[in-house]
Amino acid sequence: MAAISREEVAHLARLSRLAVTDEELDTFAGQLDVILQAVARVGEVTAGDIPPTSHSVPLTNVFRDDVVRPGLNREDALAGAPDAEDGRFRVPRILDEEV
Amino acid sequence: MSTTALPTYDDVVERYEPVIGLETHVELGTNTKMFCACPTGFGAEPNTQVCPVCLGLPGSLPVANRAAIEATIRIGLALNCSIAEWCRFARKNYFYPDMPKNFQTSQYDEPLCFDGWLDVEVDGEMVRIGIERVHLEEDTGKTLHVGGATGRIHGATESLVDYNRAGIPLVEIVTKPIPGTGAKAPVVARAYVTELRDVIRSLGVSDVRMEQGSLRCDVNTSLNLPGEDWGTRTETKNVNSLRSVERAVRSEILRQAAVLDSGGRIVQETRHFHEDTGDTTSGRSKETATDYRYFPEPDLVPIAPDPAWVAELKSALPELPRVHRTRLQERWGLTDLDMQSVVNAGAVELIEETVAAGATPAGARKWWLGELARRANETGVELAAVGATPAHVAELQRLVDEGKLNDKLARTVLEGVVAGEGTPSEIMAARGLEVVSDTGALTAAVDEAIAANPAIADKVRDGKVAAAGALVGAVMKTTRGQADAKTVRELILARLGVQG
Repeated sequence: MAAISREEVAHLARLSRLAVTDEELDTFAGQLDVILQAVARVGEVTAGDIPPTSHSVPLTNVFRDDVVRPGLNREDALAGAPDAEDGRFRVPRILDEEV
Repeated sequence: MSTTALPTYDDVVERYEPVIGLETHVELGTNTKMFCACPTGFGAEPNTQVCPVCLGLPGSLPVANRAAIEATIRIGLALNCSIAEWCRFARKNYFYPDMPKNFQTSQYDEPLCFDGWLDVEVDGEMVRIGIERVHLEEDTGKTLHVGGATGRIHGATESLVDYNRAGIPLVEIVTKPIPGTGAKAPVVARAYVTELRDVIRSLGVSDVRMEQGSLRCDVNTSLNLPGEDWGTRTETKNVNSLRSVERAVRSEILRQAAVLDSGGRIVQETRHFHEDTGDTTSGRSKETATDYRYFPEPDLVPIAPDPAWVAELKSALPELPRVHRTRLQERWGLTDLDMQSVVNAGAVELIEETVAAGATPAGARKWWLGELARRANETGVELAAVGATPAHVAELQRLVDEGKLNDKLARTVLEGVVAGEGTPSEIMAARGLEVVSDTGALTAAVDEAIAANPAIADKVRDGKVAAAGALVGAVMKTTRGQADAKTVRELILARLGVQG
């Protein structure tokens, strides 16, 4: 059985705002399935006493003091923006959404 | 819609049981952002408080702000929470330009603080609100929708984004569901947010100003029939004042009841509260949590607060507002009922600060609960935002005590203060409002009044002292209220040769 369905790929594509054609859906679903199955094989060799690892380095509590340091000036901040207006990043409107 | 009359609130809460829940966001008052050293000041020019980290530029790496972690732990402790021994940040992925990274760094199933409670007093009764979790995340940028007429999304052709706010530490405090409050649900919601605000302010970790967005609130509401399972909940956003918290719950209870009464179903969705109408309208359907594809943030190492540090923070917590209020009540000599009205009016700190500025507790209470509370009520703003400050009120009371203003003039001056005309002294000077204490001028006015009202004057001379009131009134009229009524009365009686 496939590790990821065509519908799940379509759903992820929508969440990522990627326009994916029907043929591409088939292609990607197949490719992602191969990747997921390969990763799943790791699960076969893990022992029950090893917790899922998110950080490979056993380090905790790396903090920074609350001291201001200069960042970018506005010109530099906007330099890489596709478009800008009134010192703000200009982006296409987002349809029917609000977070 | 059915054509039958809409049910009244009393009728609705008689038949349905509301369950509420609140999610509150508090912007911390740290010097720098959560994961970078950018400043956090309010009101700076757009995109002048940004750097590669908060702009999500490739290769930049976040480092957590110790002060923000500490502030969150202190909030958790003040809310009687357990502090996680070990927890991680997580990426919350979504597609919206308010975060340039395409995700928000937040916490998912491992909040820094969890399982606490806050006691809230409602109508003299204590309600214990369960706290589900307190977690730390980062605030988003501000989007401005342009091209449309209203600045709202509909009709806008593009969005302009300012990332100054993106990355400012944001603490989210989530209650457990609050059942069983019945008709009082809206009042309980408001009392909770008020108490939470006061607790956080007492910790000195945020200025918690709803009008500036450093305290924001989402309200969950559902209805069920007695004995049945809890209903489907909606989440109301855009609730920007304490008063709105109460209105939003009430409005949502009424709306849901009308839907249920007509045989409809409640849809789980986000709704937006509108300050002007007091109604909510439907937003988008709520994305399920899995749509955010949370996963542990690989660029930030886990947090494992040292128990000794936590114990130290706990022992150093300030006196909490409820305890503090009890002490103030004793010091001010108020009954439980009087204190309750002070609390309900949101006047505790205002009176405390007014007393600190030199007024007597009675004087401070009189203005805040009288004139100013009435004014706040009429204009629908919080007492603290009515336009007068504790310093103004203390000064006003001092001018009254010194005899420079009488009660009536003081009210006029206070109106000026509220209208933003300046301090009481400035308004007195600008409007020429001062009690006429120049006895020469007063005596002339008194003589004039006596001459103009010979019949009344005779009555007074014959011993009908009460009739002097009419003469006092006449003098007050000629001096445009700028005389001290008691002094005028004494003068009249003296001129007529009568003993007061």
